[in-house]
Amino acid sequence: MATVYDNAIPQKRLQRGGNVPVIAVDDLHKSYGSRKVLNGITLSVSRGETLAVLGRSGTGKSVLLKLIIGLVDPDSGSVRIHGQDIAGLALDRMGDIRKNMGFLFQHAALYDSLTVAENVAFPLTHHRLDMSKSERADWAGHLLAEVGLEGGDLKKMPSDISGGMQKRVGLARALALEPDILLLDEPTAGLDPISSGEINDLILRFQKDRQMASIVVTHDLHSARTIANHLALLNEGNVAIEGTFEELQQSDIPFVKEFLEQS
Amino acid sequence: MSHRGLPAIAANTPVAGSRTGLVSIAAGSAIGVFNGFFEWFGNLGAFSWQVLKAGVTPPYEWRELIRQLDEVGSKSLPLVALAGSAIGVVISLEARYSLSRFGAKSLFPATLVYSVVQVMGPVITGLVVSGRVGAGIGAELASMKVTEQIDAIEASAINPYRLLAATRILACILMLPLLTLAADACALLTGWFAQAMVEPLSFHQFIQSGFSGATFNAFLPPTFKTTVYGLIIGLIACFQGMRTRGGAAGVGRAATNSVVLASLFLILADVVLVKFILVFFR
Repeated sequence: MATVYDNAIPQKRLQRGGNVPVIAVDDLHKSYGSRKVLNGITLSVSRGETLAVLGRSGTGKSVLLKLIIGLVDPDSGSVRIHGQDIAGLALDRMGDIRKNMGFLFQHAALYDSLTVAENVAFPLTHHRLDMSKSERADWAGHLLAEVGLEGGDLKKMPSDISGGMQKRVGLARALALEPDILLLDEPTAGLDPISSGEINDLILRFQKDRQMASIVVTHDLHSARTIANHLALLNEGNVAIEGTFEELQQSDIPFVKEFLEQS
Repeated sequence: MSHRGLPAIAANTPVAGSRTGLVSIAAGSAIGVFNGFFEWFGNLGAFSWQVLKAGVTPPYEWRELIRQLDEVGSKSLPLVALAGSAIGVVISLEARYSLSRFGAKSLFPATLVYSVVQVMGPVITGLVVSGRVGAGIGAELASMKVTEQIDAIEASAINPYRLLAATRILACILMLPLLTLAADACALLTGWFAQAMVEPLSFHQFIQSGFSGATFNAFLPPTFKTTVYGLIIGLIACFQGMRTRGGAAGVGRAATNSVVLASLFLILADVVLVKFILVFFR
């Protein structure tokens, strides 16, 4: 079966040498006012790995993703992407790094003045000037077909499609520039079990085809178990435990046991 | 469980009726307002620097700029023309009445032309555009901010200051003088028409008399000062929109603040600009 990556667009993935993790987060602290959200998080993700970040609401999971893509500045600690510390980088320099990152927002964050197809083509219109308008439209259509959207759906506005479809469009947009890194914020939140399963299958397929380094923030333990190689459970701004699902199950830490029992 | 924090807060709470307490509350509020005032201007300065840096360096967002020129210019034209027409009639009626009292009816064309072109046209255009475009930009960007669309733009490696702010501000700067010319033309036309309905006055006669002895210095600076109005409207609306927080209420606040602050700064800027024009162009 043809994948999105069989398309004629030239692959531009960078060749990385050594064992440098693609994403390396070191001793990251972030507070909002007097509220400490992250309290010394250390994580790393290598190429082809998917890390699921779990935890209670308000434990800073989404903030962690925004710190990694540089939308939020940390109070202290460092985020390294392919070994490059992103602290203090100018917006345009940070942009060069972000071209290799795809981000799916919790509520998809589709541009409400653009159609579904235009949303997916939007990053291409700015960064793939080597492609003609029809090539960009073809690539956007191809990606949307891969996430199960075709025909009349492409001309619809984001407000005219369901939450599940918005997530699919958001996923297609995140993949438009063929990123090395994929950050997914609650990809299955608010979806019915069938739609959740479909989104999980899509993510798994893209991971397999593309070998990206991914971080998935989720409350959905089933989803985390399905799509991630390893999991990190956050508690009080720190990583309570990190490992495979089986390692989490065998843990004696009361919070971990309680979290798994309640999930 | 320890409650050590509670007495400390109580100790700092002013006792009702105590003069010292009321003074400390007033002093605290004044310091808060003072800090807020300087913080707002500091943030506006930082925002302006980001927009300037993004706006003058490539890649340029031509397509978005053209879209904004249409949004700010073409779509404001009917409203500006209507406002200009109304002002023309009002000035015509008032001028005719006042000039008649002093036996200076022959000065009517020049009074109308100078009142419209130098004073009312630019200000009315600025205020109308501030209301329509300022509120529109403020609400649109605020809505994008609270729904994370601006974050999504940034996450897509696109500079939002360049795409969203620089294009809108430049469109306001470029379109304000053109809209002012349109408002002036409508005001002069309706002003003449209102006069011609009462007393015979040909349009040719009106224009010839109104513009006799006029120099470029009398008309160009008042029209081009509206580029500063455009800068104020665009900058404040983008600033208010892009720093919004707090959902739907935040969007409403951003739209309101954009209009109120842009109108206020526009009128204050007019004081400075009029003095500047009088000193350097007359």
